[in-house]
Amino acid sequence: MASLARIRPHLPRRLPIAVRGLQTSADTTQLTEDAHHSKPFTVRLHDDSFRGHLTDTPSLEVEVSKDELLGMYKTMNLMRRMEQAADALYKQKLIRGFCHLAIGQEAVSVGLEAGITPQDSVITAYRCHPFAVLRGGTIKGVIGELLGRQCGMSHGKGGSMHIFTKSFFGGNGIVGAQVPVGAGIALAAKYSGKPIATYAMYGDGASNQGQVFEAFNMAKLWDLPCVFVCENNKYGMGTSAERSSSNTEYFTRGDKIPGIQANGMDIIAVKQAVKFTRDWVTSGKGPILLEFVTYRYGGHSMSDPGTTYRTREEIQRMRSTQDPIRGLQRYIEEWGLASEEDLKKLDKEAKTEVDHAVEEAKASPVPSDQDLWKDVYYKGTAPPFLRGREREEVHYY
Amino acid sequence: MFSARVSQRTLRLFKSPGRRFQSSAPEPPPAGGHLPSVATSALLRTTRDSALRSQGISWTDGDNDGPPGSVIAGRETRRMNLYQAVRDAMSIALMKDDSAVVFGEDVAFGGVFRCTMGLAEEFGRERVFNTPLTEQGIAGFGIGLASMGHTAIAEIQFADYIFPAFDQIVNEAAKHRFRSGGQYDVGSLTIRCPTMSVGHGGLYHSQSPEGYFMGASGLKIVIPRSPVQAKGLLLSSIRDPNPVIFMEPKILYRSAIEQVPIDDYHLPLGRAEILTPGSDLTLLTWGTPVYHCEAAVHLLSNPPPNLAPHVPASIRNAKIELIDLRTILPWDVETVTESVKKTGRLVIVHEASMTGGVGGEIAAEVQRRCFLKLEAPVRRVAGWDTPVPMQYEKFHIPDALRVLDAMIETLTY
Repeated sequence: MASLARIRPHLPRRLPIAVRGLQTSADTTQLTEDAHHSKPFTVRLHDDSFRGHLTDTPSLEVEVSKDELLGMYKTMNLMRRMEQAADALYKQKLIRGFCHLAIGQEAVSVGLEAGITPQDSVITAYRCHPFAVLRGGTIKGVIGELLGRQCGMSHGKGGSMHIFTKSFFGGNGIVGAQVPVGAGIALAAKYSGKPIATYAMYGDGASNQGQVFEAFNMAKLWDLPCVFVCENNKYGMGTSAERSSSNTEYFTRGDKIPGIQANGMDIIAVKQAVKFTRDWVTSGKGPILLEFVTYRYGGHSMSDPGTTYRTREEIQRMRSTQDPIRGLQRYIEEWGLASEEDLKKLDKEAKTEVDHAVEEAKASPVPSDQDLWKDVYYKGTAPPFLRGREREEVHYY
Repeated sequence: MFSARVSQRTLRLFKSPGRRFQSSAPEPPPAGGHLPSVATSALLRTTRDSALRSQGISWTDGDNDGPPGSVIAGRETRRMNLYQAVRDAMSIALMKDDSAVVFGEDVAFGGVFRCTMGLAEEFGRERVFNTPLTEQGIAGFGIGLASMGHTAIAEIQFADYIFPAFDQIVNEAAKHRFRSGGQYDVGSLTIRCPTMSVGHGGLYHSQSPEGYFMGASGLKIVIPRSPVQAKGLLLSSIRDPNPVIFMEPKILYRSAIEQVPIDDYHLPLGRAEILTPGSDLTLLTWGTPVYHCEAAVHLLSNPPPNLAPHVPASIRNAKIELIDLRTILPWDVETVTESVKKTGRLVIVHEASMTGGVGGEIAAEVQRRCFLKLEAPVRRVAGWDTPVPMQYEKFHIPDALRVLDAMIETLTY
């Protein structure tokens, strides 16, 4: 796939059509000056990387650096390797239950993290593993959680959809339920008076949940510093966006809230859009919508083969022409920042790191019997007892 | 064969109860799935004759293309699992009622549990269609549709996802008739949802939320135990003039297999079924635990050597009356209290947590009506008062051993 993408000739990508759509290629950013190895340089995104609703679009000129791009490359690879490891563990029946993978959507999670600060807040739905790692977690912690082990980020008691860090509010299993929660987090940020942005993420499927609109209304009403991020991977479970949404321009669905639509396959465009929206909400302009047009390669969850409602050719085409990792690889090689061998080495490092984390996680024990009674109520406020199997097993706090 | 399998499994668990907790080694699921007793259950009607003679069955051949209502001769059955029986019921409902529609998340291509497989092709995409991921919207939409006289058969993909729709169901659907003074009703609304534990569903895919709806007068809640039951009860639910929540035990979708009559038939709502008559203890349950209870009854009369010291010889001949409640709201007070008046002992088994569970409501009513007849306190065997924990799910739900223990305690009180 990589080689296919690289040898593709430079064809003019923009077609002269009446209404210009969003560009969703992963590799259309051009150099505007020579790439430096030691200092930042400027590149220019494709003209159609963004669309705006009730607002201007972010600047197409983006300052990047070699270290940053290589770092993104490695992180995206790490995320993909981690998800692939989860996939393999699931198929070995070591991970049970419900598991949703983000393979194909790496540019969104890694690009988002590149555009925000550690103080900013992120809350997302169940496709949450990369965010959990990027927001201060570890691969071992995520894999451990999936395996239901003590080293898991929720001590093995939550599983795939229930992973949290200090600035990452989960991992939420109910479609759309996290969006009003995100609005609440943003209210708390506004109240604190600090320039903190909250990214409340949901999918194209969840965008039809009533409570999402309830959250929009509250956020605009109170001008909350909240970025509502619609990660549009084109399918809400097994139903395509066109079949489920009367308006598939998700960035325009905020009523009075402005919106940006961005290419979610080009990580440089993702980062630029995130910075733009972060500046927007932290400068007191109220909420903004941000739609990333992206694609998931796998099924909705592990029990969905992902090929009953879309063609294999479609998936194959996305993989071969719009893959976010291959796109970034192409920039790095074409701009002379690193060779294919260097990148392969990074890729290999990522694989080793994930393999190592998987082994460590597997070695961790499952939760102890006593953990069953913990965290049902806040410590010290629990009821006198919770019932157990036998009279002797009733747990007294 | 049946009891041997059960006892082997039980023995394994009993010998080293802590093994699973302490082991970090990967362990495959048991070969027969997590509910090995279903496949060999004597409660399943695996012959044509037994299926056609299901208790309370009534044939609804209004169209005269089958034999007259009470005749069994000439009727046929087909081997179906529970999801196929559910599909069969919906197919009949769609065929006989032009106003009937089926909708929900991903139902147009079969749904996650395959219950609507092929219905869209058979009846058209105008009548079997996908909705957005909007539980609140699905319930509200179904209420609107039903209030216009349509037969609305909605699917909530998992019973765990019903909570966004709680307001619509409890405040709109249940109260529609009452608050419009009888002018409007949504009696033709049926909301189907897969319920109960699947062995590894965890917090959001293994709950049993029937208890939350107990106070919503105006609603009916139905939980079938088998394919024959599912088809008859679902057809009754669809045609019942009250909104019904029809909860299908998801682990039984594939594991419970029966000969199911292919004709249109009803099974009565609001009526419990006595599965095995008895005189010493009433064992009341519904859905998946029916099979755990069946296994527990076998263990009581014929305990394997390792269990034998815990089962006093004096109670091994006890006659257990096993009852499937089937309709949770409104529940069959008569059948249950008549049984308890006869046996003097009651054990209630359900998967939902004990606190706030349906068992509490039943126990309260039974003690009021049967107080002087009771020989022992009403005993409840239920899920623990924790969220359904992923890693402990097998231990969270009541299994045969816990039911056995409760029966011993109640019989020796």
